[in-house]
Amino acid sequence: MLAVVVALLLGAASLARGRHGDRVRAIFFVGPTVALVAVGLVWPTILTIEKSFRGLAGTGSVSVSNYVAIFTRGDLRTSIINTAVWVLLVPLLAIAIGLLYAIIVDRTPVEAIAKTLIFLPMAISMVGASVIWKFVYEYKPTQAPQIGLLNQVLKSFGFETKQFLIMSPWNNLFLIVVMIWIQAGFAMTVLSAAIKAIPDEVIEAAKIDGATGWSLFRFITLPSIRSSLIMVLTTIAIAALKVFDIVRTMTGGNFGTSVVANDFYSSSFTQNQPGLGSALAVLLFILVSPIIVYNVRQLRQVS
Amino acid sequence: MSALVIPPTESLSLEQPKRKRRHDPTRATTSPLATAIAILIATVWTVPTIGLLITSFRPQADITRSGWWTVISSPDFTLENYVRALSGSGSSSMLDYFVNSFVITIPSTLFPLALAALAAYGFSWLQFPGRDWLFIAVFALQVVPLQVALVPLMQMYGTLGIDGTYWTVWISHTIFGLPLAVFMMFNSIRDLPPSLVEAATIDGAGPVQIFLRIVLPLATPAIVAYGIFQFLWTWNDLLVSMVFLGGSSGVAPLTVYISQLSGSRGSAWYLLSAGAFISMVIPVAVFLIMQRYFVRGLTAGAVK
Repeated sequence: MLAVVVALLLGAASLARGRHGDRVRAIFFVGPTVALVAVGLVWPTILTIEKSFRGLAGTGSVSVSNYVAIFTRGDLRTSIINTAVWVLLVPLLAIAIGLLYAIIVDRTPVEAIAKTLIFLPMAISMVGASVIWKFVYEYKPTQAPQIGLLNQVLKSFGFETKQFLIMSPWNNLFLIVVMIWIQAGFAMTVLSAAIKAIPDEVIEAAKIDGATGWSLFRFITLPSIRSSLIMVLTTIAIAALKVFDIVRTMTGGNFGTSVVANDFYSSSFTQNQPGLGSALAVLLFILVSPIIVYNVRQLRQVS
Repeated sequence: MSALVIPPTESLSLEQPKRKRRHDPTRATTSPLATAIAILIATVWTVPTIGLLITSFRPQADITRSGWWTVISSPDFTLENYVRALSGSGSSSMLDYFVNSFVITIPSTLFPLALAALAAYGFSWLQFPGRDWLFIAVFALQVVPLQVALVPLMQMYGTLGIDGTYWTVWISHTIFGLPLAVFMMFNSIRDLPPSLVEAATIDGAGPVQIFLRIVLPLATPAIVAYGIFQFLWTWNDLLVSMVFLGGSSGVAPLTVYISQLSGSRGSAWYLLSAGAFISMVIPVAVFLIMQRYFVRGLTAGAVK
């Protein structure tokens, strides 16, 4: 069916002739994509913004009540604080670990396999990663034989075992670990490629000038990979901002672990409050919009 | 130190011996501390997965009685968990969800690929008014959170009478994937040498032939790279499927099933462990086989 559609588009495009041929052809080449994103992304965004100003149900009279609720209702405020912690910690730690690892394994004989190990979590779903880590955190009373690795470690050192996923607010950190585990491989791969792109001559010249270890990293490596760092930082920050799967699978958003994207889901699809859900979606949209502006500027500079 | 001057270009004769010194271990860090850190990171990144993998092959009774690390002293393995996960209990089997994942993923990968290849060619090689403006608009939509589109899309699907069918996820994944797809393919298609296109035009080829015979074959690496991205993304997606398909075994994918299982039967580790690995087999295989393309796609925009 797809082949038929593409063949029809190309067939129609090949009929275009004359001075304005390109304009007609563009309708068939670019038209379907532009139409789909206009109907499926732009128009729904406008509808969602409108709905967010029309009360909990999204159908009432115009008001800002949903936005007031986001910042005053206790449970929603917790989600916002949690999301802020996610957005702060995940990119920082994923990049720190990824970069450190990339530098250490760079040009060692085991580089390829060492990188694959760290990168592999990128291939599996966040749901799968959550199940893997839920098992690491599995709780049994201290006297019982442990099946969760982390509690076994605690027990071996003579501590009481802990219910990692229930002890608020620390449970948030244990969920964040899963996201760092997934994203560090991405950071490592991109930053490693950027490090390798630094010309040898630059490194050698710096060494002749007496740069070693930290100063080499601080004054040569870091400035050279700046644009890659920004790209990785924004990509991971956006992923952390929209995190849903991990929270949903590990705690269902209970025990004070909910985040904005999880509240969006609950309000919109289980609690029958699509107006509030829309306001939460718009909040996510507002938070990523500076990145959109930045990206468009970068693109303009390149072209 | 910070005002380091880079010599612009060196003569070739100087460059040759330098290349040979590339294997000089001056850049490789080999201090024991660094090695220890790398080993620590590699351990934390692999042991959790190995733990669950071993667990998935242990008898159900053993899993709840002792830690997976005890297999070293008392090894006892079985395929029973996989058999039970796949055959399922009662009406629904995991095999159904497995098939559903494929039915969702394949069209959701091919649709945006085909449409984006067309659009990327149009944006880079056709002349029409508003071209740059439209391209920037499509590009900017990359970061729009799909949450803002879900509820209105659901209502549209309801109006069209396709709610609850695969069409909803196929169309949604296509729409959400298009901005990145167009951008990645635009980058590679725009960089093709204009002389190629000119030569083909002189030989009498129209834009459609140029697209099919020249642009598409040369853009294959970008197409493959994006294809892997979109395949992994749609296979691993939870949100879109949860919203549009719900949890029934008739249509829902593996991720939805595993996530529900984790919520409702969180201590049924014999099922969860085997189920998680069944859901991971395909993406990990695709990733390992296509790693080269995947990494290239990932780093293409970043290194510049």
